[in-house]
Amino acid sequence: MASKFTRSNRTGFLMAGPAVFLIGCFVILPFLFAIAFSFTNQRLMSPNPTEWVGLSNYEALLGLGTLTLEPEKDATGAVVMEDGEPKFPATRSFTRGNPDYPQLAGMREWFSFDHGGSRTFVLARDVVFMTAVVNTFLFVIIVAPVQAGIALGLALLINQRLRGINVFRAIYFMPVVVSIVVVSLLWRLIYDGQSGLLNNLLSAVSFGMIPQIDWLGNPDTALGAIIGMSIWQAVGFHMVIWLSGLQTISPTLYEAAAIEGASKTQVFRYITWPGLRNTAVLILIVITMQAFGLFAQIDVMTNGGPLDSTQTIVFQAVERGYVKKDISGGSAISVVLFVIVLSISLIQRWLTREKS
Amino acid sequence: MAGISLKGLRKSYGTAHVIKGVDIEIEEGEFCVFVGPSGCGKSTLLRMIAGLEDISGGDLTIDAKRVNDLPPSERGVAMVFQSYAIFPHMTVRENVAFGLTIAGASKEEKEAKVAEAARILQMEHLLDRRPSQLSGGQRQRVAIGRAIVRKPKVFLFDEPLSNLDAALRMDMRMEIGKLHHQLGATMIYVTHDQVEAMTLADKIVVLKEGRVMQIGAPMELYHNPANLFVAGFLGAPSMNFLEVTVQGVTGDKALVSSPVLAPIEVSAKRGPFAPGARAILGLRPQYLSVAEGGQLSGKVALTERLGSETVLDIETADGKSLVAALAQDAVFPIGTPVTLRFDAEKAHLFQPEETASQPH
Ligand SMILES: Nc1ncnc2c1ncn2[C@@H]1O[C@H](COP(=O)(O)OP(=O)(O)O)[C@@H](O)[C@H]1O
Ligand SMILES: [Mg+2]
Repeated sequence: MASKFTRSNRTGFLMAGPAVFLIGCFVILPFLFAIAFSFTNQRLMSPNPTEWVGLSNYEALLGLGTLTLEPEKDATGAVVMEDGEPKFPATRSFTRGNPDYPQLAGMREWFSFDHGGSRTFVLARDVVFMTAVVNTFLFVIIVAPVQAGIALGLALLINQRLRGINVFRAIYFMPVVVSIVVVSLLWRLIYDGQSGLLNNLLSAVSFGMIPQIDWLGNPDTALGAIIGMSIWQAVGFHMVIWLSGLQTISPTLYEAAAIEGASKTQVFRYITWPGLRNTAVLILIVITMQAFGLFAQIDVMTNGGPLDSTQTIVFQAVERGYVKKDISGGSAISVVLFVIVLSISLIQRWLTREKS
Repeated sequence: MAGISLKGLRKSYGTAHVIKGVDIEIEEGEFCVFVGPSGCGKSTLLRMIAGLEDISGGDLTIDAKRVNDLPPSERGVAMVFQSYAIFPHMTVRENVAFGLTIAGASKEEKEAKVAEAARILQMEHLLDRRPSQLSGGQRQRVAIGRAIVRKPKVFLFDEPLSNLDAALRMDMRMEIGKLHHQLGATMIYVTHDQVEAMTLADKIVVLKEGRVMQIGAPMELYHNPANLFVAGFLGAPSMNFLEVTVQGVTGDKALVSSPVLAPIEVSAKRGPFAPGARAILGLRPQYLSVAEGGQLSGKVALTERLGSETVLDIETADGKSLVAALAQDAVFPIGTPVTLRFDAEKAHLFQPEETASQPH
């Protein structure tokens, strides 16, 4: 049985060979290497031999701790105030060489919250990575629905039989064809703080009321600016996928609905949307995966800054692995990302499964 | 229920004229069948009545109201499509209730009307299934169910049985006939199948290339076709056409003959025929009988025993073939010389196709 299978398929295996070889070299092997490296102290170039370090890379990335402190009190027992707020002991005194708190050693404050007079500090071993994780999730949570929604809207618009509709299809699709690096460079000009297109436009429509904003230089606007530009860039791609989904819906269904007197919203609700179910699942998964891979825009536009406000998981992986030459740390980040994306995809598939 | 009137209806796609001026009057409660070969414009005409295609010219009135510019939903029509067009993601119940859902009917009203439609179409047991779990015939029932719940004035059917197998087609044909009697609504039914047309229709409209060839009751068209096209289209096996020469004309009678046919006098009401001109003599296979001293002679080339009748293919002396439909027990070995007799009353004389007068 097995020999017959291999013999009769020899030509087939030969033909698939080159592709399998290349995929093996550039996808499967690096993937396995990344998993292996993440358990070692391998550096990009190092005279020292590689050592097996177990989970310590992951501990360094994901280590979290909490510390709840009471405000400092003076001799009379009153809370010491500083700039109108209660003063708390410095977390540094717990995380640096404090033998009573060995589990917090080397951690830094990530964020804190108050409750009933005391304050809880959440400490992370790698605050930058945590920021990157939060930023990436924020990016995905905003981009996935907004991009999918706009893409669907555009697809519905260009799915009409109008003269010259192909011009619009081409225009909306064009940003997809242009390299993301080029697009990012262009948008750096648009977002420029002094004479950027966006600032000029805003000041023109508001008669100078809106001040000049350094979109990429301000920690409050940088991630938003990147989100806006990323949505614009890939929306055409998802529009085309929606369009192909729309065109699989039989026109007679629309005619049947027209005869029954369905309004535009009813047609969308009862025919178009149910007919797009499978497309919607596909688009959601594709956008989520792409969004988790956010890197090129960051690399070209902000380099993770200002003040780490645009750090992302992949940017951190590259920064760690190649800039800091800590290939094992970078590998650990990739593996964490892989686990995140895999779990989310599985959850999405389970949530959108065919219920029968 | 409503009468429908089509006056000079036209449809063009750019320079392609698909419907070339059609006049039809359909009475209230009538079952009207549009029949014609594929591509003659039947569906286009039906879709113009439904409002799915705009009308390029002429007037369409339903219930004495001009509806040319009304959207489909305001014309009071329901349509059943060849491809069923039932919604794949809804249950049968939701499909049948669709028009009511759209109109915002109450739950009780929907329940009651769906139950009634299901009873009429005998599909109560299917209501909770999905379309993918239904056979072709059941799907078509669902489509008809969706049409009847709204109690429309007019039902439009576009080849509803074409996707069904032969046995099921016959069953559904009878059911649609019954449905018409039960509901008493005006129905327009498009088909390319002359058997469906003959069995279902109160009135048949024969179409060819976007023009009406003839309108009338089924038996009227069968016995009295206005032209060669209608004569050849209706009836199975189809009518025999014999090329003849007109020898002379007296009143509304013409004397015709051919190398295989001795001179015979037949009705010439589809004239004018001039002496010496070519004409076509139409003879229904059912009205040919094998008898001594018949007007036509030839050899049996093929015998087909259909059970209810026996069909003979007879080769005449000039190499043409004639078809005769005989009683079921007639048996003729291949090669037997036979003579065929027909009643001159039952013969139809036509202008040759190219000079045949066409309306419009
Ligand atoms: N959208 C269209 N554009 C151009 N020609 C069309 C279009 N729709 C139908 N036709 C033409 O109209 C004629 C009649 O079509 P149709 O009504 O579907 O025929 P039937 O239903 O009798 O088979 C055909 O010759 C077809 O090619
Ligand atoms: Mg058709």
